[in-house]
Parts: sequence; C-alpha cells; structure tokens
Amino acid sequence: MRLGSGTFATCCVAIEVLGIAVFLRGFFPAPVRSSARAVHGAEPPAPEPSAGASSNWTTLPSPLFSKVVIVLIDALRDDFVFGSKGVKFMPYTTYLVEKGASHSFVAEAKPPTVTMPRIKALMTGSLPGFVDVVRNLNSPALLEDSVIRQAKTAGKRIIFYGDETWVKLFPKHFVEYDGTTSFFVSDYTEVDNNVTRHLDKVLKRGDWDMLILHYLGLDHIGHISGPNSPLIGHKLSEMDSVLMKIHTSLQSKERETPLPNLLVLCGDHGMSETGSHGASSMEEVNTPLILISSAFERKPGDIRHPKHVQQTDVAATLAIALGLPIPKDSVGSLLFPVVEGRPMREQLRFLHLNTVQLSKLLQENVPSYEKDPGFEQFKMSERLHGNWIRLYLEEKHSEVLFNLGSKVLRQYLAALKTLSLSLSTQVAQYDMYSMMVGTVVVLEVLTLLLLSVPQALHRKAELEVPLSSPGFSLLFYLVILVLSAVHVIVCTSAESSCYFCGLSWLAAGGVMVLASALLCVVVSVLTNMLVGGNASRKNPVHPSSRWSELDLLILLGTAGHVLSLGASSFVEEEHQTWYFLVNTLCLALSQETYRNCFLGDDSEPPCGLRVEQGLDRATAAWQDGPACDALERDKGHRSPSASQGLRGHEKWMVLASPWLILACCRLLRSLNQTGVQWAHRPDLGHWLTSSDHKAELSVLAAISLLVVFVLVQRGCSSVSKAALALGLLGVYCYRAAIGSVRFPWRPDSKDISKGIIEARFVYVFVLGILFTGTKDLLKSQVIATDFQLKTVGLWEIHSGLVLLAALLFRPHNLPVLAFSLLIQTLMTKFIWKPLRHDAAEITVMHYWFGQAFFYFQGNSNNIATVDISAGFVGLDTYVEIPAVLLTAFGTYAGPVLWASHLVHFLSSETRSSSALSHACFCYALICSIPVSTYIVLVTSLRYHLFIWSVFSPKLLYEGMHLLITAAVCVFFTAMDQTRLTQS
Amino acid sequence: MKDTDIKRLLYTHLLCIFSIILSVFIPSLFLENFSILETHLTWLCICSGFVTAVNLVLYLAVKPNTSSKRSSLSHKVTRFLKCCIYFLMSCFSFHVIFVLYGAPLIELALETFLFAVILSTFTTVPCLCLLGPNLKAWLRVFSRNGVSSIWENSLQMTTISSFVGAWLGALPIPLDWERPWQVWPISCTLGATFGYVAGLVISPLWIYWNRKQLTYKNN
Repeated sequence: MRLGSGTFATCCVAIEVLGIAVFLRGFFPAPVRSSARAVHGAEPPAPEPSAGASSNWTTLPSPLFSKVVIVLIDALRDDFVFGSKGVKFMPYTTYLVEKGASHSFVAEAKPPTVTMPRIKALMTGSLPGFVDVVRNLNSPALLEDSVIRQAKTAGKRIIFYGDETWVKLFPKHFVEYDGTTSFFVSDYTEVDNNVTRHLDKVLKRGDWDMLILHYLGLDHIGHISGPNSPLIGHKLSEMDSVLMKIHTSLQSKERETPLPNLLVLCGDHGMSETGSHGASSMEEVNTPLILISSAFERKPGDIRHPKHVQQTDVAATLAIALGLPIPKDSVGSLLFPVVEGRPMREQLRFLHLNTVQLSKLLQENVPSYEKDPGFEQFKMSERLHGNWIRLYLEEKHSEVLFNLGSKVLRQYLAALKTLSLSLSTQVAQYDMYSMMVGTVVVLEVLTLLLLSVPQALHRKAELEVPLSSPGFSLLFYLVILVLSAVHVIVCTSAESSCYFCGLSWLAAGGVMVLASALLCVVVSVLTNMLVGGNASRKNPVHPSSRWSELDLLILLGTAGHVLSLGASSFVEEEHQTWYFLVNTLCLALSQETYRNCFLGDDSEPPCGLRVEQGLDRATAAWQDGPACDALERDKGHRSPSASQGLRGHEKWMVLASPWLILACCRLLRSLNQTGVQWAHRPDLGHWLTSSDHKAELSVLAAISLLVVFVLVQRGCSSVSKAALALGLLGVYCYRAAIGSVRFPWRPDSKDISKGIIEARFVYVFVLGILFTGTKDLLKSQVIATDFQLKTVGLWEIHSGLVLLAALLFRPHNLPVLAFSLLIQTLMTKFIWKPLRHDAAEITVMHYWFGQAFFYFQGNSNNIATVDISAGFVGLDTYVEIPAVLLTAFGTYAGPVLWASHLVHFLSSETRSSSALSHACFCYALICSIPVSTYIVLVTSLRYHLFIWSVFSPKLLYEGMHLLITAAVCVFFTAMDQTRLTQS
Repeated sequence: MKDTDIKRLLYTHLLCIFSIILSVFIPSLFLENFSILETHLTWLCICSGFVTAVNLVLYLAVKPNTSSKRSSLSHKVTRFLKCCIYFLMSCFSFHVIFVLYGAPLIELALETFLFAVILSTFTTVPCLCLLGPNLKAWLRVFSRNGVSSIWENSLQMTTISSFVGAWLGALPIPLDWERPWQVWPISCTLGATFGYVAGLVISPLWIYWNRKQLTYKNN
C-alpha cells in the first residue's frame, strides 16, 4: 500500500493517541478503597476490647455535639488566618484562635489542590487520585462512604449552601440546598451573597443538625488578581463577619440544647503566589483548620504556630463528633484535642474505633499487613486497652488506672499515626498491564516513524507500507495468538482491577490486532531496509556526509530535551530548556547569516549529501541514488541565489534579524516568570496586572492589538481585513467591559460586566474569518488554477486563529501574540526565504518556537497555570464542550499558531511540491519522540517522590499536546490533499 | 619540522594550563579565605589576568605569526590600543549575549560582566595574540576550511571548546541540588574554564593524530 508521508504520519499519530489513552488510563490508579463497599452501614461497630470479662459497651458512642456548622472558604491559605492578613482583616477569628475556646491546626492538603478532590478528602477522608482533576469538570456523584452519607443514614438533617460541586457529589443528601456555580471566575461578590443571604433564616430556624457553607469568592479573587490584591482584604473581612454571626448565634442557641455546638472553619486548598492552585507548593497545600466550640478549654496565650495535621483527619473527627461510624475509606486519624475533655474510657473508645477502621482498610489494601508496624502497634494497644477495661470495670477512680490509661492512649496515638501514614503513602497499584499495552503501541509507532525517515523524506514523499506481504501473515497470526494468550493469562490471574481487562473483548481484540499488525509492519520495513542497505552498500556513492551546524544543533537539542525529561527539576523548569534552545538556534542562525553574507557559499562541499532532517544519524547511509540527485539539484539552485539575492539594506536586515528575535525572546521571558524555582521573581506580567498600573496595561494592550492588526492584515482579503479590525476592536472592548483595561474617555468606570455581548461580537468575526478562509480554500481546489487564492485562504485561517487567541489571552499576554507574529514575519522575510532552509529544518524551528511560546504565555508543567478563565469568555454559564475547547486552545495557542503559520509558509513557497508532506511527517515525528520517551521514563520513575506533583501533570500535558499534534497533522494532510488533487 | 611545531604547540598549551592551575593555588598564599567558589569574583579576575599574561608572554616569546615585519613604535602602540578596544568590545558583546540568554539584567551585573571577561580571555585574547586586530583573518579562521596553520587550527578548537563549555555549564543551573556551584555564573565560568583546558589538551593531540591528513595552504 502506498501512502503519502503526510497521511502516513497522521495515521501514526492517531494510533499513538490511542496508545497514550490506554497508558493514561492505566497510569492514573484508583485510590485506596475499602472493598466492602456494597454493605453500607450494615456492619456493627467494633465492640470495646476487654480481656476476660466482656464489655457492655458495644454500640457507637453518642454524639459529642448537637449541631455542626462547617464554613469552607475556597482557597483559604493558612497565612490569611494565622498570618498578618488574618490579624488585620479577620479580628474576630484571630480573637477566637488566640483567646477563645478553639483548637487551630494547619491542615495539609495533598495535591492535586483542586476543589473537588479536596471536598472528597474532607468528607471521605480518603486520598482521591490525580485523575480526579480531569474529572473535576463534570463531577459525578460520590459513591464512596462519607461523613455526609453516614449522617444521612443516621437521620441527620443537612443543609448546604455554596459551590454546586457538593450538590453533584452528594445528590439527595441535603434537605435544603442552594448551589452556586464555581466556574464563573470573574464574579466574586454575587457568588458569596448567594450563600450569606440564607444565613439569618437558617440560624434562626435551628431545625437542622449540620450546616455546610462553601464560599467561592476568595478563590475567584485569587484567580483574577492574586493573593496580594486589595480585594482579598475585603473578602476576608466579609468572611470574618460571617463567622462572627454564626458563632454568636450558635452560642445563644446553646442554652436550649444539652450538648454544645461545633463550628469548623477550613479551607479546601491554598493559593500560590500567582493566585492559582493545583500543585504542591507550601502556599497551595497549607490551609487553616479551626474548630470552635464551648466544649473546648479556653487556652490563654498566643498560638502563632498551629500544629500541622492532614486534611483527611477532618472526616474521622467529624464522624466521631457527630457519633457516626467513621467513613470506610478514611485514612485520617482523629484530631485528639477534640475529645481531650471527655472521660478516659470514652477517649480510648474513640481512638479504638479509629484504629480498628484504619487497620481494616490496611488489611484490605496491603497483602502483608501483619508485618506493618502500625498494625503491630494496633494489636499491642488493643491488648493493653482490654487489660485497662478489665481493671476499670473492677475498680474505679484510681491514680494507677489513670496512668495506665494515658499509657494506652499514647500507644493508640502512635498506632494511629503510623497506620495513617502507611495508608496514605501506600500508592495504589499501577495498572501495569494497560500501561504496557499502551507503551508497546506507542513504541511500535515511533519505531515505524523512525525507520521510515529516509523513505518519507525522499523527494517523492511517498512510502510503501508493506501491509499484505504474504510472508508476514503467518507472523501476524502468531503474534495475535500469543497476545491473546497473554491477555487471558493476565486477566484471569490479576488480583487488582485492570482497565484493559475490563474492556469488551471486541475492543481489546482490536487493540491486539493493531499491535500485532504494527509489529509486522515494523519487521517487514526493517527487513526491506536491511536488504536495500546491502544493495546500496555495494556502490558507496556518498563518501562523506556533511552536516551543517544547524542540523547538528537540531539533533542535539531534540536529544537533549528528551533526555532532560527524566529529571524532575528539568520537567519543572522545562521552559528554561526551550528558551535556551531557541536562543542557541538564533545564534546558530546568526552565524549562518554571517557566513552567507560575508563569505558566500563557496566552502560548501560540491556534492555534500545534506541530510534533510537530522533525526537519525544512520539514515544518511540509507539514502539511495535518486535522493542524492534531488538534493544536489536542490543545492544547485540554492548556493548562487543565497549570496546574490541579498543587497543593500536587506542584507543588514538579514544580519540583524536573529538579534532582533533574541531581543524579543528576552522581553517575553521577563513577561511571565513560570516554573517553580524562579516563579516568585517579580515579572512584568504581575506589575501590569496590579491595579495601580491599569493605564500602562491598557496602552500596552492597545499597542499589541495594533501590531497584531498591522502584521496580520497584509495577507488577508479586504473583507477579512475589515472583519479583523472590528474583531480586534471588539477584543479591547471586551477587556474594558470586564474591567481589566479601560478607555481613555472613561478613566475609572465602575460598572463591570461579564462582557458577554462584546465577546460574542468577536466570536462572530472569528467564525466569519475562518469561514472566508475555508471558502477560499475550497474555491482554490475547485478552480485549481488560482494558487494565490489558496495562500490567502490559509492566511485567513491563521488570522482567524490569531483573533481568537487575542480574545482568549489575558491583556498582559497580548504582547506575546504580537511578538509571535513579529518573529514569524522576521523569520519568513529575512531568514527562511533568503537562506533557503529545507522543509524539515523549518518545521523543527517552528516546533521549537511553538514550544517556547507555550511557556512565554505563562504556562508551565503544572496544572495550576492553566488559565481556565479562557473557557468562560463570552459564556453565560458553564457549558462543557465550548469551555473545554476554548481552554485547550487558549493554553496551546502558541504551538497551534506556529503550526498554522508553518502550513501557510510552506504552501506559499512553491519551490518543492512535497514540502508540506515532509513538514507533516517531521512535525509528527518531533512531537512523538518526547511523548514516547516520556511514557517510558514515567513508567520507570513511577515510585519517584515527585511522581504526583511533577511527573503526572507533565504526562497530562504531553497527552494533550499529542492530541493537539494529531489535529494539526490532520489539518496538514487536508491541505496536502488539496494540493495533490490540484496537480 | 611539523613535529617540532606540534611540540612547541603542546608546550605553550601546557603553560596555559599551568597558569590556570597556578591561579587556583597562588592566591591562597597571599589572601585569606580564598576559594574558587566563595571568592569567585576574585578568582575570576586573577585567572583572567594570569591567562592574559601567559598568552602575551608566549606571543612575544614564540612568535608563531611571523608575518608582521613592520615594527615602528607608533604602529605597535596603535595595534595594542586596537587590541584593547577589541577586547572590551568582546566583553560587552558577551555580556549582551548573556543577558539575552536570560541572565538578570540589573542584579548580578558585575558577576555577569566578569563571566564575559573570563570568556573573552579564553577566546578573544588568544585570537588577538595570534591574528591581531584583523576581523578578516578572524572570519577566515572561523569559517570552514579556512585555517592555514596548526596554530590557527588549535585556536579554532580551544575557542569553540570554551564556548561549548560555557554553554554546557548553564545546564545544571535549573537542577534542585542546591550546590554552591550552581549559582549564576559559577557553573558557566567553570564550564568555560574546563572547556578551555579541554581544548588546550585535545587540540595538540588531535593535530598530532591527524598530522598526515592535515594540509595547510601556506605550508
């Protein structure tokens, strides 16, 4: 079967996407779970242990508090309460912490520090897996055991106001609720007023047992303007007054009820210095946890340094406080200060219940649980406890009894700590089988791509895919048979759940057929190559292959980047790698321009076989006769034109343009500090977004939009020119409407809207320009004579994407867009055209710049930097599909814009008919090398300390990038097809 | 004749290496608390001075370039002044390149500049000694197939290896090992120094190894 190399590469990337999907499904493991999920609440509580005489206390202990109010403030960082901000803006809370009857802690949230997994952690006490971040957007109902579920079965009445996620997680659990959507980030007053407005009524009524309030405003402020914004102070004061209202009301109510009430103030996650969250920095992980009740002792003195506890401890504590069974999957331990005031027997009973629950979870998840130190401690303390109970039942109130009791207590606390730790560090088993299947598919595709480099970059850009050679059908059936046997064996013997085994037979069979077909193709290509290699070795026509410095740099840079992915620091600071490579590329280009301008090309060897794409050293030897001829001819018209075509000021521009590009990159680098180590450094972006510099930001945004217009309009038809101008104007109006920039004639307008109309106005033009572009492309295909029309059409599609990016980028990122267009123009005019690089080199350069621009935008390999506000531009409510698409485009705008520029550039250059398919092949190859290497690396590093905080987010990014690449390759191939039908 | 040339080349290179080693050990005799990492800037100045001095002495003693025959005093002085200007220019342009590569613009400016000075010492000073302030000759030497003697060949190799060393020296900076030598610009200066030394060692050996294949236009 003959295929164009572009089509071939697209198919390969598509198969790779499938492989990565299977791998990802296996990699993100199911969290630690109790297997006894089916029988909720049917289990009787563990009876009190006793040696000899049987204890009479077998029921659950009675509740400690009558009413519980949980005030959850989204993104409440620990220093907002315990730090200077807390003293300044939350006086009442500070008073309660320092002098009131309260216990305060710093609760550590585990990454991912995103709302839904954190709610789950708070209420179930379990550690949700990383994959919950992805599911965060459509949270399904929580199936696991939780405090809420237990309270519902115990007949407690729960009222909830706040983030809608809760309502989705616990449908039908609340007797009364009012959900506010958490996705409309730019609103931070309404969202909280919608919670507070119910308070007076509910507090007066008192016909409930549990009240949960989830305030979102603080998080929204963080997303908009960061933790140092003046808005934070206002919000904290507002929260303080809410807390005061609840506390006073609870205190006044307490006289009517026999038991005291409990007020819990907590945060779900913190907030990084940039105002977002998701990763594992100290600011994002540490949240305050304050338990307030008149049952607690008033402790005098200042507590500046609260004890660090785990966020998962809250579930167990709440369950004990309400007299409920502890949720089955909870890995947390009881916060002991809460029960400190109770009699010794009760304290021991609570601790015993908690340890029994944890050890049960341990038994279900760890095969060798008996050797676990925590389990041994548990057995020991249970025995001691039994002895103590016997003593207690025999004689009461003695000094000995108390001392013995506190000894048992300490033993229990130690056991709890060890058990909790060993449970939470126990990473759930990776689904190795699915991972292996995915890896095998991806690696086979990569090998196939690498092996077909010489053929695909041949002048004809076609290659033979030996699908139906008879010798291999036997191999094919054999491999299928072996794979099926392995599948059956693995799936019948595996103890842990396996995604790939859970698939239907048809799907699994399909994947296996694919894998074995790929293997056969690889083997046959390899044999062909060896046979062909022997043939070509007989007549060694190419004695020396000369590599230009640029090819060498491209090869080494790609290899270096791929290798650097194995180190966590390099993954965190990947932007540095790309900046470094792009700078070096510019210097290499500069050297090349100097050589071209001052020395001419005479030093080039006469028949230097220039390796088209420096990705495989060995391919040099495999290139056969015709290829050499083609390259020679290519070179023939390359060398004279290079030095003659440059005269006068153009020559100086050629010499200066690499330096100009370097300067642009340096400016962009200081716009957004990203990564981890230097993320706290001051950068231009923060300076611009602070509220004092609104005027500067407005001017900068306006200039950037103007530059964008000037640079983009030159290739457009007049209709799209007008549409573009109006669209860019609309972008500015949109930003002015949501209050990030302002008009000179309205210096301080207070009315801030969501800018729906303005944004939709721009969308109309985006769609219009894209439509015009597509129409031009179709027309050029039908008429088949107008080559110019196709170039215009491609440029219009490019400009439509630019307009969309301008709408989605935050105003301080608009210079990134302008500079990207500027660099593209400079490169096209003064470097690629005069120096006549070949398609492969140009593709790799586009890819590198695209990657660098991904980071110039402020992205990093960290979930927190994804700008989700891009998904809500012009949308009234959260609509899933557009929001996801817009966010993806906003995040990957850099690579996508460079790729679309590549398509336009290569099809406007007429020198080689196969340039586009070469480019498509190279793009696919250069994108799939890092992904394939990375999944192998991640598999081998799966027990690394930073696997969750550093490597997993990068894996998600890589998966997404591959998906984007697949889309780009499809676009490439479509363009290539129109070209083929034309000629 | 060729072998004696290569021997001379090797000896001069060994002297250069020796001067770098001396710059590490001699100052500790006179200065208290001297160490490469802690008083890095002092070491940079001293090392740069030593290497420049050795290069100048070698230039005067060995005179590998026999072409300059006119030797009026004024000519010598202008030549020297020109060399100084070239050296300063190269320092400043290196500084600019470092900033473009991402070195902080304002803070640590002195450190960055001294890095530029030491890199110029390793690259520009030998060029100035060997080729003089003659840009045409520089371009010739650093283009393909342009070298015309083993001196120029070794010059090309040491210069490129210094650059590559400095380039590679930047790689460990993002790693989170928190070592004192990861601070900007220590790893880069060390990389440049190692690259220079490697170039000095490798180039005579490489020339000796390939002496049969090497043919120069002049010889």
